[in-house]
Amino acid sequence: MSRPPAAVVVDKLVKRFGDFVAVGGISCTVERGEIFGFLGPNGAGKSTTIRMLCGLLRPSAGAAWVAGFDVAGEPEQVRRHIGYMSQRFSLYDDLTVEENIDFFGGIYGVEAERLRRRKEYVLALADLGARRGTLTRLLPGGFKQRLALGCAVLHEPPILFLDEPTSGVDPIARRAFWDLIYELAAGGQTVLVTTHYMQEAEYCHRVALMYQGRFIALGPPAELERERGLDTLEEVFVTAIEAEEAAGR
Amino acid sequence: MRRVREILRKEIRQTLREPRMRVLLFLPPVVQLIIFGYAVNLDVELSRIAWVDQDRTPASRELRAAFAGSPSFAIVAEPGSPDEAGRLLDAGDVLGVIAVLPGFHRRIERGETAPVQILVDGTNSNTAAVVAAYAAQVVARYGADRLGERQRALLLEVIASTGIDGPRYLAVPALEAAPRVWFNEDLRSRNYFVPGVVVNIVALVTLLLTALAVVREKEIGTIEQLMVTPLRPIELMLGKTLPFAAVGLVQMTLVTLAALIIFRVPFRGSPLVLLLSAVLFLMTTLGAGLLISTVSETQQQAAMASFFFFAPAMMLSGFAFPIRNMPVAVQYLTLLNPVRYAMEIVRGLFLKGVGVETLWREMLSLFLFGSAVLGLSALRFHKRLD
Repeated sequence: MSRPPAAVVVDKLVKRFGDFVAVGGISCTVERGEIFGFLGPNGAGKSTTIRMLCGLLRPSAGAAWVAGFDVAGEPEQVRRHIGYMSQRFSLYDDLTVEENIDFFGGIYGVEAERLRRRKEYVLALADLGARRGTLTRLLPGGFKQRLALGCAVLHEPPILFLDEPTSGVDPIARRAFWDLIYELAAGGQTVLVTTHYMQEAEYCHRVALMYQGRFIALGPPAELERERGLDTLEEVFVTAIEAEEAAGR
Repeated sequence: MRRVREILRKEIRQTLREPRMRVLLFLPPVVQLIIFGYAVNLDVELSRIAWVDQDRTPASRELRAAFAGSPSFAIVAEPGSPDEAGRLLDAGDVLGVIAVLPGFHRRIERGETAPVQILVDGTNSNTAAVVAAYAAQVVARYGADRLGERQRALLLEVIASTGIDGPRYLAVPALEAAPRVWFNEDLRSRNYFVPGVVVNIVALVTLLLTALAVVREKEIGTIEQLMVTPLRPIELMLGKTLPFAAVGLVQMTLVTLAALIIFRVPFRGSPLVLLLSAVLFLMTTLGAGLLISTVSETQQQAAMASFFFFAPAMMLSGFAFPIRNMPVAVQYLTLLNPVRYAMEIVRGLFLKGVGVETLWREMLSLFLFGSAVLGLSALRFHKRLD
């Protein structure tokens, strides 16, 4: 089978939990270096989609390729090419900043010399150079978030999945976090990010509006607004949902 | 291999970082050992008894002297009536009552059966049986002495009356059983319990620590982060069990040394066989811990499941209650209990001094159980959330 050249290809992906359809047949293609957002309320299926793309959940139907590898059939190959930051803060609270970096670096198989370089990069990125010996539980929320991102990119994955990375972080820290995302994308990494903050979605190159497990709109934020003659993504979302309900779905 | 090392390092750091945890790992085993060594004692020494003498004759006083001289009994009350003695028994002031009934002396003189009543507090059946048996022994020895004297007197009378003037070496034949106890010569229950405590402690700690360590990562969500790394399930399993295997072996050494030094429990087998058996036993407890962690979502569930496994496994291991006293069906059930084999091995090593040539069946059983449960948890350990 010829492998699609795009970073991520999603083809009619479905996930059912019993009778409940969490993701109802979505399709999209994400190009290299793109920042692609999944925008939607809680329960719209954003996290389920991300988890299928990371090989954490098995798709019920449809298919997806990440870095050219089938997520259902080659999850281990997929894992070698991605970084993942889950919705829940997922570093070890009782390890220091440096111990967390060393641990994840080791698990990802980053060689000692390269890890030393990457560690300095991550510490600078998270602005934690002076706090490398601090227990992670003692860090303010925004720093924890950036450290988690740093640990997810230690092995320089070409594709990065961020699931609600800025939930529970103050607006300034959120802004700083997005600067990091831009920096990574500028370096050629593909970023797929979920969020329920409308203004955050505006930062994405393209955004998929998700509602009840389906895409109800997909495109660059500015284009989605212009097509409908609206000013904000929030208005786009509201009209899209109304159109959807009117269609009797 | 490097990934296993990373997990190991992390587990050790996390476990030893908290001062409270460091204390919790190594203090309770020793405390538990001391409790079992000093407090749990099934030996009956110096039972308090009441003495009711309704005969008041030289014979009854001789019997009293026999009880007073016995190391097993202390006469603490001499109530005037059986009723009063009954009250002492009710109040728990005495463990038993020895009552000499009227006519005791007369019956002995006539060569008739002279009954002595032994009343025992049966609340604790084990103690009651031991006290009753000791009392019966004292009475029987006194009876035998009297019988011998009487027969000798009768023989002398017969000899005198027949006028035989021969050598007088006619003796009364007597049979004496001379029991010898092997392996635990002084019948100290401490010697029986303390080796079992080693198994008990190692089992609980390794089971619980393993189950909790994996489930904790589920609770805080880091397991999801580990699942998206190239980490293989077997590497995670090794990293999660090896530190606790080490903790288990250190604890075993600690507790064994304490048993030998503080309680002077004999150790007659090979330390190497003990170590090897411990490793085999750890396979079963670590495996069970992992299995529990695969079916539990929270630490509470894991802790409850661990105790649900641990309590019956201990009860049916022969740790406190002998397996041969159990109903036959339950005896067969204990064959499925790895703790049972571990108990047999430690007792064999501490008390009997036997080696692999005798214990190989138990060791093989542990190995098979360990492989099975580890295999089963490996099958259930995967890198998906569904």
